[in-house]
Amino acid sequence: MSAADISTEPTRRPFTGRRVRFGDVSLQLVAGAAALGVTVLVGLIVWKIVDGSRLAIVKNGWAFLIRVAWNPVPGRELYGAASFLFGTVLTSFGALLIAAPLSIGVALFLTELAPRVIQGPVTALVETLAAVPSVLIGLWGIYVLGPVLRTSIESWLHTVFGFIPLFGDPSAAGASIFTAIIVLTIMILPIVSSISRELFREVPSELKEGALALGTTRWEMVRGVIFPYARGGIAAALILGLSRAMGEAIAVTQVVGGSPTIQWNLFSTGDTLASKIAAAYQGAVTSLQLSSLIYLGLVLLVFSLLANLVAQWIVRRVARKHGVTRGGHV
Amino acid sequence: MSTQDLTGPGLRLDHLPRRKRVNRTMEGLAWLAAAIAIAILGVVVYSVGQRGWSELNLNLITKQPINFSLTNAPQGLSNAFAGTIVIVGIAMLMALPAGILVAVYVNEFAPAPIRSVITLVIDVLAGVPAIVIGIFVFVLLVVGSGQSGLKGSFSLAILMLPFVARTTIEVLALVPNALREASLALGVPRWRTTLSIVLPRAIGGILTGTVLAVARVAGETAPLLFTSSVVGVQTDWNPAHALQTIPVAIFELSESPDPKDHARAWAAGFVLLIFILFASLTARWLATRNARKLAGR
Repeated sequence: MSAADISTEPTRRPFTGRRVRFGDVSLQLVAGAAALGVTVLVGLIVWKIVDGSRLAIVKNGWAFLIRVAWNPVPGRELYGAASFLFGTVLTSFGALLIAAPLSIGVALFLTELAPRVIQGPVTALVETLAAVPSVLIGLWGIYVLGPVLRTSIESWLHTVFGFIPLFGDPSAAGASIFTAIIVLTIMILPIVSSISRELFREVPSELKEGALALGTTRWEMVRGVIFPYARGGIAAALILGLSRAMGEAIAVTQVVGGSPTIQWNLFSTGDTLASKIAAAYQGAVTSLQLSSLIYLGLVLLVFSLLANLVAQWIVRRVARKHGVTRGGHV
Repeated sequence: MSTQDLTGPGLRLDHLPRRKRVNRTMEGLAWLAAAIAIAILGVVVYSVGQRGWSELNLNLITKQPINFSLTNAPQGLSNAFAGTIVIVGIAMLMALPAGILVAVYVNEFAPAPIRSVITLVIDVLAGVPAIVIGIFVFVLLVVGSGQSGLKGSFSLAILMLPFVARTTIEVLALVPNALREASLALGVPRWRTTLSIVLPRAIGGILTGTVLAVARVAGETAPLLFTSSVVGVQTDWNPAHALQTIPVAIFELSESPDPKDHARAWAAGFVLLIFILFASLTARWLATRNARKLAGR
């Protein structure tokens, strides 16, 4: 344990030897250049995306974000992001709503309930789900999941809950926002559950055993000890899952149908920021169209940067807090 | 440690049978959640396997696709297999040294404040959506000069880089400091210590990370759509040309109206899935073996 403690914090004394070694300096320079390069790369990504969307920004300004339009006919060109923003928010929050309880359930199962024998295999299987390429999930979504959803679940939900605008008429096309939500759920489930599992494993066992010794049931221990302890971390995991769902392009393009309208009916076709960009890969007709597509990418980039920074901030704050309390124990 | 208030609002510890009932329900739901997660994987793998297996034959990797085929002449996706090998291979050659160097800098040289900045940058880069990486490389390199396999490799390398750097940082942190000190005390210069003592010790973990990263980007479609997707049907190994890849081919075939195209998409998807599952399991096996070895010494 002590070796690991030391190795995370190697002594970094400035190199004060009499000889300045050429090898040392050059390795440090090369490695430093690589690290600098990554930082520059992130800056370059932001700059190039802003630069690429400049034409659309100048032409439309903020109105782009609240306009529902995608008309590439030269001469009558008009572009807006509102319907794609709406679709992105609807699909990613819908997916998070289903994936959150499911992945926390999986994580609790793996840390608290699973017999030792099946713990390893189940962990491996859930993580394998993360490795399935999105284009395959999309292919499966079109030809296997979509038809099943449309004929059974969507029509059932429509007949029973049809009075809620979300559950309208199933679309004839087979593609729907609902299919996209299920597909995204599948894609973020392994991520959120593996982060949550790590968090639950961090909960000090004396706290858990203390609660159980006071006569709580296992679920009460989870509610009273594990959830409060891991609260910040779970929030970070959910934000990362949300950001992943917002950025997913391929599988959503395949199943969502692509229609630039705002409607609340989950069973109709829709579009998202990422899927609109992906669907346009065969080329844009005009430079304004291309610039507008990149503008959509800029919106997506801002979302994901914000989500990731917030999540990292929470993670670091939680780590510091727990580190301090744990240190106070000893 | 602030004590968690177990008798706080919402937690009533009086009615034992009901509490036990609630507990059993919640435990049941957790089992159900795990069962659902595994069932999803099972259904996806089964669907791809069932539809892909029957279409699987040697034509898939030896024959080229035919544009607007009206006959039943056998078609394959040899161009996509060649392109994926070339593009992913070059992406690995770009991302691996860069990722390892970044990790070496973070772990062996950087002062603490810079270290936390660089790890944050790596995390942020890992969070940039693949499709945004795609349009970034498109704006940076493709506009004006056209697509190529090399540009596709570059976009995949950007996706791999944070992955490789993160895993390498983790493994380097596990290398005992005593090893570094022993080497330095023997008068070995720092760069030799890093290259011949620290990195060889961490090679197992780096390998695991690389295999996982390759498995991840081999299935990536989004960055390639804008960088290497306007392609011919010939089998081409030249990275200066735009090259077809398996994921992009599946994406295009899946949107085709022709059922024969769907069949090829399933078959290619099956091959891709087998490769990725195999690579992930190998990486897992390497990781556990490596952990055992590190702990054993």
